Amino acid sequence: MAIRIDKLTKRFGDFAAVDNVSFEIADGELVALLGPSGGGKSTILRIIAGLEDSDGGTVELGGERVDHLHARARQVGFVFQHYALFKHMTVGENIAFGLKVQGVERPEQRRRVEELLGLVGLKGLDGRFPHQLSGGQRQRVALARALAPQPRVLLLDEPFGAVDAKVREELRRWLRRLHDELHATTLFVTHDQEEAFSVADRVVIINKGRLEQQGPPLEILDEPATEFVARFVGEVNVYDTVVRDGRVTVGPLEVPVHHHPDKAAVRLVIRPYDIKLFRVEDQGMATADRVLPIGDRVRIEATLHGGQPIVAQFPRRSSLLRGVEAGCRLGVEITHSRAYLLPS
Amino acid sequence: MRIPWRLLLFVSVIGYLAALVLVPIGAIVIRVVDAGVGTVLGELARPDAVHAMALTAILATIAVVINGLFGIVAALVLVRQRFWGRRLLDTLVDLPLTVSPVMTGLAFLLIFGRAGWLEWPLETVGWKVTFAFPGLVIATLFVTLPFTLREVAGVLVEVGTTDEEAAVTLGASAWQTFWNVTLPNIKHGLACGVTLTLARALGEFGAVLILGGAISGKTQTATTFIYAATEERKEGAAFGMALVLALVSMAVLGLLEWLKAPRKEE
Repeated sequence: MAIRIDKLTKRFGDFAAVDNVSFEIADGELVALLGPSGGGKSTILRIIAGLEDSDGGTVELGGERVDHLHARARQVGFVFQHYALFKHMTVGENIAFGLKVQGVERPEQRRRVEELLGLVGLKGLDGRFPHQLSGGQRQRVALARALAPQPRVLLLDEPFGAVDAKVREELRRWLRRLHDELHATTLFVTHDQEEAFSVADRVVIINKGRLEQQGPPLEILDEPATEFVARFVGEVNVYDTVVRDGRVTVGPLEVPVHHHPDKAAVRLVIRPYDIKLFRVEDQGMATADRVLPIGDRVRIEATLHGGQPIVAQFPRRSSLLRGVEAGCRLGVEITHSRAYLLPS
Repeated sequence: MRIPWRLLLFVSVIGYLAALVLVPIGAIVIRVVDAGVGTVLGELARPDAVHAMALTAILATIAVVINGLFGIVAALVLVRQRFWGRRLLDTLVDLPLTVSPVMTGLAFLLIFGRAGWLEWPLETVGWKVTFAFPGLVIATLFVTLPFTLREVAGVLVEVGTTDEEAAVTLGASAWQTFWNVTLPNIKHGLACGVTLTLARALGEFGAVLILGGAISGKTQTATTFIYAATEERKEGAAFGMALVLALVSMAVLGLLEWLKAPRKEE
């Protein structure tokens, strides 16, 4: 079911944890709420679930306003970072809990538990206690438990934050597959951009309680709406400069700039993979300082003739790398960049 | 020569404990055996002794039930709710731990006793509190107030609220959440609290003496029985009752250790 929040606000004393945030999630979508820790993402999720009251704004589930509904009546599946499994209950009892408290008959409970155990790949473990499971298994039980009463939407709060890197990778792929199978409207909170981009259809970026940008992962990577987003979703080169005749200069570099008036002070942001560096025998535009192989990529740190540092990245086998070594002269080409107006 | 510090520390700790704990209990056992086990049992079978033991058992039960329930509710309020004066209240509930029970008894005497604030209304409805059963109940309830509350509050802080939040999002009502999630989470703390309440209720002396008066066969509890028996130089009865209390206390202590032992499910 679709989720719609409108002008949501939450204050803790003088501090606005959520500041006038609005967004919509279509029925069946898988969306990530991405942002730095303490930025208000979890608070938004908890307000949607009814675990926290808002100070303003509205929450709609499937077109129906739910602000007045108690958390127990919202039919929202919630998965907590540290699983929050009931440790005195078996896996089966945990999954059946929502059905039990809602008065579902025993045989139906059992049928549903079996079905969900199959879905999350834990068949035969229904008699185990949570402490007998691994972190990844516990999180799957938590998800099965949240899905059992057939919630209208699924909310996950840093769902893979408490497991180690390898299991996290696996759980991400698994969640994506599960979603492609079930099409439950899902909103998950994460501070890890890789997680957001590898799992979600769409990403909503929240910083300091405000919505910075929302869109598909590629759009956010290529067209960051604000300087914050540009810096948050990957490494960047940043230069403060001034627009002249539709272009800016950074040392020997000249980059065309659109949408900004003449003489405007702007901040130019360039991603390391949007830069071409290549060896030249003449003066060039920069001098290579370091060439660092990092896994399947190579990182080149150089200094523009003008003193500004510049960082670029290439695939390891790139032909551009031929002859590039510390101390050599480099030609520079910018394939993509964005400029943001500086506050005057 | 090197001084065997570790051995010295060990011996001094054991020696101190023995002098303070083991020797007195051993002394009581020896005196009981000296006096003759049969004689002592005979003393303990006398009506006033049986009455004292029964009264202590009843008072302990009342304290466990009432302060057990109150402890759970008060812990939930103090830990989970935010209100003005919470810190003050949080401090006040520990007062029975620090105040002398004798002073407590006196304070209640000022309220309920002769020329006390509540003398007139109590007399009108014909209730006698001081030197009667209600006085004993009040004294016992006061001195055992904090134990369950403190143990349960500690566990509540530790387990946090996410389990309860999970239950609520799954559709559980407040009562279902408490019964299925909160109570199982706090059960060990509750058990420890109840055990401590029990131990404290069994051993209370000062408040019970002042407010109850230790009238033989009426308001005399196990502890005040011992006091009276010593005064009257009935050593068999005194040491017998003391041994009974010591045995019950040790059983309670054993129970507490068993409850505190780490469980597999954690």
